[in-house]
Amino acid sequence: MNEPVRVQKDFTNAPLCLSGKGVTKVFGFGDKKTVAVDHVDFEFHEGEFVSIVGESGSGKTTLSKMLLGLSNATEGEIFFQGKPRDISSGHKKKEYWKGIQAIFQDPFSSFNTFQKIDTVLLDCINMRGGKGLSKQEKFNMMSDACHFVNLEFKELTNKYPFELSGGQMQRLMIARIFLLKPKILLADEPTSMVDACSRATILDMLLNLRDEIGMTVIFITHDIGLAYYISDSVYIMEHGKFVEYGKADEVILHPQAAYTKRLISDVPKIHEEWDLSTVDLHA
Amino acid sequence: MKNTIRQVFHSPKFVGGFVIFVAILLTMFIYPLFNPGNPLQQIGVGTFAKPGTYVSLYDATKTTPETFRLPEADENRLAASLSDEDRVAMVEYFTAMGIDISDLDTGDTDTLLQMWEDNYDPSVRPKGMTGARVNYFKRLNNSLQDLKGGDTIIIAEEGEDGALVESKSISTTDYVRTGAVANVKTLPLGTDNFGRDVLKELVSATGTSIGIGLLAGIVATLIGLTFGLLAGYLGGFVDDFIMFITNIFTVIPGFVLLILISYSIGQEQRGAAVVATVIGLTGWTWTARSVRSQVISLRNRDHVNLSKLSGHSLLRIILTDILPYIASYVVMAFILQVSSGILAEAQLSLLGLGPRTTEVPTLGLMMNWAMLYSAHTNGSWWAYFPVILVITLISFSLNLMNTGLDQVFNPTLRD
Repeated sequence: MNEPVRVQKDFTNAPLCLSGKGVTKVFGFGDKKTVAVDHVDFEFHEGEFVSIVGESGSGKTTLSKMLLGLSNATEGEIFFQGKPRDISSGHKKKEYWKGIQAIFQDPFSSFNTFQKIDTVLLDCINMRGGKGLSKQEKFNMMSDACHFVNLEFKELTNKYPFELSGGQMQRLMIARIFLLKPKILLADEPTSMVDACSRATILDMLLNLRDEIGMTVIFITHDIGLAYYISDSVYIMEHGKFVEYGKADEVILHPQAAYTKRLISDVPKIHEEWDLSTVDLHA
Repeated sequence: MKNTIRQVFHSPKFVGGFVIFVAILLTMFIYPLFNPGNPLQQIGVGTFAKPGTYVSLYDATKTTPETFRLPEADENRLAASLSDEDRVAMVEYFTAMGIDISDLDTGDTDTLLQMWEDNYDPSVRPKGMTGARVNYFKRLNNSLQDLKGGDTIIIAEEGEDGALVESKSISTTDYVRTGAVANVKTLPLGTDNFGRDVLKELVSATGTSIGIGLLAGIVATLIGLTFGLLAGYLGGFVDDFIMFITNIFTVIPGFVLLILISYSIGQEQRGAAVVATVIGLTGWTWTARSVRSQVISLRNRDHVNLSKLSGHSLLRIILTDILPYIASYVVMAFILQVSSGILAEAQLSLLGLGPRTTEVPTLGLMMNWAMLYSAHTNGSWWAYFPVILVITLISFSLNLMNTGLDQVFNPTLRD
């Protein structure tokens, strides 16, 4: 088996794409108050592949919703391309969403089951200002996008999303991003609901897409092995806080925080006996 | 979509309800073709004519008769002439005379008459019987003798000199064919208190009532859907405000509200459409509440988020990403609203607050009229019972359809 070649670049000097200061999200109040994201700071550079790693309930998805502008932060500020992000009106939100897009965890619930695939892709072309293009041009754009993710648009046209497999749907999501060409892609566990074979394909496609468009990818995952395989830098999240962050090599090969060490030892390995000593079974 | 419809039509409950409802609808459209005319036309002068076929007596006497000698004719004639009241009176007389009647069957006309002949004695006054009663029995006896004795009825017409001249005599063996009589009217459900054909009125009333139900259902569903969608999707202050109004409407009993609004509109303004709208305006709360809860569970789904990220407008997200997902639910709610709209109209009309009474019959109005003219106490079942049956059938079929749909769309409910 060929080991994938990891090419990691240093983005420390690249311009900032998305950054945050003291970003906090609190749900409920009084006794039921839950701090989902607790004063986190982050800096994502242009073209960087960033992973946010943490277990379920650590606040990854809440943070991603705030980054996407789907929910407001209780406290703190998010900067988009160096300037404070302004999503106060519907129009401004629309502008912001031209710059940031997402791939969600569950491909089966990501699509409106009542709309044909053509509609999904046409929406992307329209959003990029392609409303006036001819039918043939639109068709070519959609074919190109599908070709990029190894799908045949001719076979997909006039089909509904539920007629596709999970892997195909997730690839269609990437085709969507290919058409939209955003500055930032936020991928929220895009591979957790697809099988292992499709997973590698999808990750490769994400990496290719990053190189093609030159966008920042924020990859949210619970799988630290996966994060090591593809990321330039890694943020480890525990109970709504970043406990450790830095370049992927530094964080994963020389972990400092106990939580990171635990995450690494929890990754099952084929040729070793699984070390369960760090897992507190009575917790 | 095709699959869903196929699934729906494989649900026995839905199909049962659908068949009943379609049968009612077809009757509604087809019956007036065979029996055209104004359903509110007063054809009878008296009230509550019994169901049956009516033969014009005048035309029957003008029709050339055929002669039949039927063996049981006399017996039938006697049996029909002897009313139940007379039979009871005869038994009373026998009892007063101290005759053993232990094995007497009042339904057996022959034996009864035979006994009467044997035992009636006009000269004897039974002990304790009033004079009036004695005279009653004398009259009864005379009429019985007439029945037996009379062979012909003579019809006399005024002649040229003013004297009565026999123009025709009708014998007991004369028969006319109903088809040959110029005027025969079949009233399967008799007439009501105003002398109107109940069946014709009922068919027309069913149409009006279903129309009222549909309009009320559309109004209620539209209001409930709009409020539910806005409250559920927007959340926050809009949600609080809409829910505040919804809760106010929920805690005031809908029917009380309905009565008050109907009363304040006034008799003149209350047409069928106005009543339907009022019913719709008071019945939307449950639709709003349930649509809201469905939308809340939908609004954070990934496909809605994706639609937002694609820059779609609020209206488009609601119409294409939320509404289709709750469409089946809305259809079911609509069916229930139609059913309750029909019932609400019946309740209102029964109280005299329904549509004004001069234009169209509705099921509720028919019951109201039947009640006002004491149909239920004088035994005129045909004036109200078919109405109750139709209301029950409509309501039953709609609820059956709703249950069937519910089982198709919520597989956990299937047994």
